[in-house]
Amino acid sequence: MSIQMRTRITGWCFVAAAVALICLFYFYPMVQAFNLSLKSGVGTNLHDVGFENYRRLFIDTNFITAVTNTFVYLIVQVPVMILLALILSVMLNDDKLRLKGLFRTAIFLPCVTSLVAYSVIFKYMFATDGIVNLFLLNLNLIAEPIGWITDSFWAKVTIIMAITWRWTGYNMIFYLSALQNIDREIYEAATIDGASAIRKFTKITVPLLKPIILFTSITSTIGTLQLFDEVMNITRGGPGNATMTISQYIYNLSFRYTPDFGYAATVSYAIVVLIVFFSILQFKAAGDRR
Amino acid sequence: MIAKRVFMYLFLGVAAFVSIFPFLWMVVSSTNPSVEVTKGRLLPGTHLFENLLNLVQQIDIVRALANSLAIALVTTGLALLVGSLAGYGFEIYRSRAKDVVFNILLLSMMIPFAALMVPLYRMFAWLSVKAPVIGIDTKAAVILPTIATAFLIFFFRQNTKMFERELIEAGRIDGLGELGIFLRIYVPTMRTTYAAAAIITFMSSWNNYMWPLIVLQSDAKKTIPLLISNLGSSYSPDYGMIMTAIVIATLPTALVFFLMQKHFVAGMLGSVK
Repeated sequence: MSIQMRTRITGWCFVAAAVALICLFYFYPMVQAFNLSLKSGVGTNLHDVGFENYRRLFIDTNFITAVTNTFVYLIVQVPVMILLALILSVMLNDDKLRLKGLFRTAIFLPCVTSLVAYSVIFKYMFATDGIVNLFLLNLNLIAEPIGWITDSFWAKVTIIMAITWRWTGYNMIFYLSALQNIDREIYEAATIDGASAIRKFTKITVPLLKPIILFTSITSTIGTLQLFDEVMNITRGGPGNATMTISQYIYNLSFRYTPDFGYAATVSYAIVVLIVFFSILQFKAAGDRR
Repeated sequence: MIAKRVFMYLFLGVAAFVSIFPFLWMVVSSTNPSVEVTKGRLLPGTHLFENLLNLVQQIDIVRALANSLAIALVTTGLALLVGSLAGYGFEIYRSRAKDVVFNILLLSMMIPFAALMVPLYRMFAWLSVKAPVIGIDTKAAVILPTIATAFLIFFFRQNTKMFERELIEAGRIDGLGELGIFLRIYVPTMRTTYAAAAIITFMSSWNNYMWPLIVLQSDAKKTIPLLISNLGSSYSPDYGMIMTAIVIATLPTALVFFLMQKHFVAGMLGSVK
């Protein structure tokens, strides 16, 4: 055997375990999920129904609610969080700022909590008789306790605030490290030309950080489309289905209601389609604005 | 100019306060009895020991900790081995065919876990009949699907680009085999990469919720996130005790963060380099 042949085989040996495991636990299940999505029935008692499940998606009010909720989270939360993270990172990148390390560590701290742990804390903090209402009542900001968990509008707000709390610092770190690579002289020149802080932000910072903003908005979008832990532990999807997400609906279809694995697999393909769609959309949007 | 400064400190101060407050509240509440927590007490109390005692006696938190630790350690060990072997292989033994395979593997990052849970559950339910030791309700079932991730392979490959290839040649001249070069030269030189990867993997395993929720069924097998989630949904919660449990669950990751902040951030940023 030639030396080249041997090194080629050695190379494949190094990657073999990873390739096998990813095929077995990612790609094979995706094929299985597609086969399942063409079937219907209770538990393991399945029969072929063709594309019937896909038609059912469009008339299933629970599915439409779950998609709508997920979109509300996506459209409100992702832009708010990214803007907030950008502003914080620009402020923290200021040379003259004191206590920089303290601010940075504090704002990043939420990232060390597990999703379940912080969700339970938020659930208690935002309970109707919880500390947030107590605080607002004592400050006379509100006259009646707000139903942060029990009202269908405020429950969505609570979920959005929770996710923003957990992930803003995470995104901020990406922007901070990118900002450190920007030449200071650009800002100095802009200052001499009389540019305001807001103008510097929109005309220098944002364009230069575009690749990293794109990266964080794609990961945030993918994360939000898969939202599960928070909703499960803060509101259980309630009141009614007011905060239920697509992931949670798949979980409910498979493990809480009478199991309908075929239809659950169909709904799961809907998430895959949405993720691919949004990723392409964001790539396109970033490309066109050049 | 001064107004701008004041606004900046105010903005950052509020952001820092909002970020820290839930932690403070959690720590303070873990030292208070449940009644005081509901009243909104924000001062430390003397009830920490009672809360701990209740936790150990009423809920088997020790067992949950042991389960989580065992799962996280085994997952981290195996994931680092498999991921670094692959990252090394894809970069050092680069070929067109391997690059194609690598790009296909990257596609798996786009697959949401929600799309995998039904077929994975059915796979392990089927295994429960054929090979019960790795079927539903076993630690192996929690660990197996999380060993290989495209992210770790990508992370190791990116970092391998900085590994000096002369070291490989030197190893070959010294008569080391290909695996020997990997184990004796690559692994020791890439310590910091391994540290960052270990932190990411350990944390995501320690905090994993959805898959253990589906695959673990008996109480004795429950991990920490499942236990916290159960406590959080109880009808008459003992707030002091639950907060103590959450403090214990958060402690390992917070510790890792404070002790290894550099590696932690390096690991995070490593994904975009």
